[in-house]
Amino acid sequence: MTDVPNDGLRRLAADNRSEFSRELRRAGRSMVAAKWPLLALLILFVVAFVAIFGPMISPMDPNRQNIMLRLAEPLAEARRGGTFWLGSDALGRDVLSRLLYGARISLLVGVCAIAVGGTIGVTAGLVSGYFGGWIDDVIMRLGDIQLAFPFILLAIMFLVVLGPGVINLILVLGIGQWVTYARIVRGQTLSLREKEYVEAARALGDSTTSIIFRTILPNIVAPLTVIASFNVASVILAEAALSFLGLGVPPSVPTWGSMLAESREQLIANKWWLAIFPGLAIVLTVLSFNIMGDWLRDFLDPRLKERR
Amino acid sequence: MWTFIARRLLQSIVVIFGVTLISFVALQIGGDPTYLFVSERATEEEIAMVREALGFDRPLHVQYLTYLANVVQGEFGNSLSYRQPAMEIVLGALPATIELTIFAMTFAIALAIPLGVFAALYRGTPVDGGIMTVAMFGQSVPGFWLGIMMILFFGLSLGWFPISGHVPFLMPLLEGDFATAFANLPSTLYYLVMPGIAVSFYSLSRNARLVRSSMLEVLGQDYVRTARSKGLNERTVVVHHALRNAWLPVVTMIGLEFGFLLGGVVVIETVFSYPGIGRLVFNAINQRDIPVVQAAVIVLSVVFIALNLIVDLVYARIDPRVKL
Repeated sequence: MTDVPNDGLRRLAADNRSEFSRELRRAGRSMVAAKWPLLALLILFVVAFVAIFGPMISPMDPNRQNIMLRLAEPLAEARRGGTFWLGSDALGRDVLSRLLYGARISLLVGVCAIAVGGTIGVTAGLVSGYFGGWIDDVIMRLGDIQLAFPFILLAIMFLVVLGPGVINLILVLGIGQWVTYARIVRGQTLSLREKEYVEAARALGDSTTSIIFRTILPNIVAPLTVIASFNVASVILAEAALSFLGLGVPPSVPTWGSMLAESREQLIANKWWLAIFPGLAIVLTVLSFNIMGDWLRDFLDPRLKERR
Repeated sequence: MWTFIARRLLQSIVVIFGVTLISFVALQIGGDPTYLFVSERATEEEIAMVREALGFDRPLHVQYLTYLANVVQGEFGNSLSYRQPAMEIVLGALPATIELTIFAMTFAIALAIPLGVFAALYRGTPVDGGIMTVAMFGQSVPGFWLGIMMILFFGLSLGWFPISGHVPFLMPLLEGDFATAFANLPSTLYYLVMPGIAVSFYSLSRNARLVRSSMLEVLGQDYVRTARSKGLNERTVVVHHALRNAWLPVVTMIGLEFGFLLGGVVVIETVFSYPGIGRLVFNAINQRDIPVVQAAVIVLSVVFIALNLIVDLVYARIDPRVKL
């Protein structure tokens, strides 16, 4: 007799597992059907691979200068039988190698900034939505003030004083994103707060922290993944713009944005390869995140798709 | 209506107050801000002198109140590199930036609405697919890179448009020199084409998508079906019944859009060597000219907040449901 509830639980767990794998298979099918998300995912895998293994696959040292071989065109011969596949820049550095290293900063900053912004925003939204009252007012008004202020100006102001650096960049870009998360999470929390299962948790004497993070949070993760996907895209764009302005990471670290900034000086001389390749790298990465975001939204909320 | 205006005005003041607080914090966050205002070779005595002159030795709350009083009077101190009041320099560059922003905004809206409407009306056809694909790209291309590509292609290879520069229109207009202003207008617009498109492409794409989905929603409503069943022609239905309602969310977006545009302007002005606030900020960043950066950020924020206020008032005017 005592085995029965246990057995039931085990069956429930098995059901849960099979439901998860069913969901996963459904996601796979929807992705194949839509085609583009599949390509986007592939591109993102390549970018992630390059970001992680960049130093191993990069053909040359990205900072090695060679004044004799400066501004070599794509496919031009480098030293010792090497090739500048994508040309060399004004200091004779290999564009391809710099591009491969640049993936690191873009992805690192993009993902970390979202982690920072997401953590602050989700916590603020949960607290705001669950407790309401003055704390809700304070958090939301703070958000209003931040949104009333063009984000890039805020970033410029802080980075000029703090100086360039990966950590500063991540913090500033992350703090720039929290309001989006806070607003969505607050809205969801407000409606979930009144649901029966939350009331049940409360009746069972769960602590407030447990209710917020164990009962409510798991139910709002889905919409968050959609925002996060779009958000990574816009953070990568912002990082490129800030690097372009010279507010990104120190000059010794190659980034796509700073490569574009350097290309500007060679524009009149029509050294097109310096400008085209880093730009394409940004576009492909950002486009992939945007496509993934679009697909995720449709996948998680099929009702939207019918309207679209 | 009047209470709404009063409330929005009050909100704007609170926001501007918040902006000054943030910019004050930004200045303090890196430690003693005195070092931002002296050269690297300054002696201890010089540093102490500057610290006292700028008031950085006083308690923080006194510093903030002084700062606030100065901001209200438009007093940001002298630019470190031009030896002129920072505010004067920034205001001198403002008209060019406003020209670029308004051009970009107009371009974005003038194209986004028809493109979005067409995509919605021809939903699922290649027209829709084409417009939405371009819009998807538009949201993924950094504006400054688009600018660089346009310079390479339309500027250098084809020679259709100038790759840098600006012909003033607002400046002579403000000075009362109407003849010069309107004589300049054609060249002003000609010089604005490439930077304007680069600034607006992102907004254009996003708004086209927004108009499309908003339009699709409205087209499914009962009153549109009623209008059709009354035998009205499709044009009247689309323009007078659907679009009038569909574009309300778009107007809301326009206010926020200015923020994005201003952000883009800062970077893209640099690409086109366009003599506005953006390029000024870029140069000030490189010379660590803090007063100019501060003045520029505050001025742009105030412009942004004012534009938002105007958009909200327009919104209240066109949507009779807003009577808050």
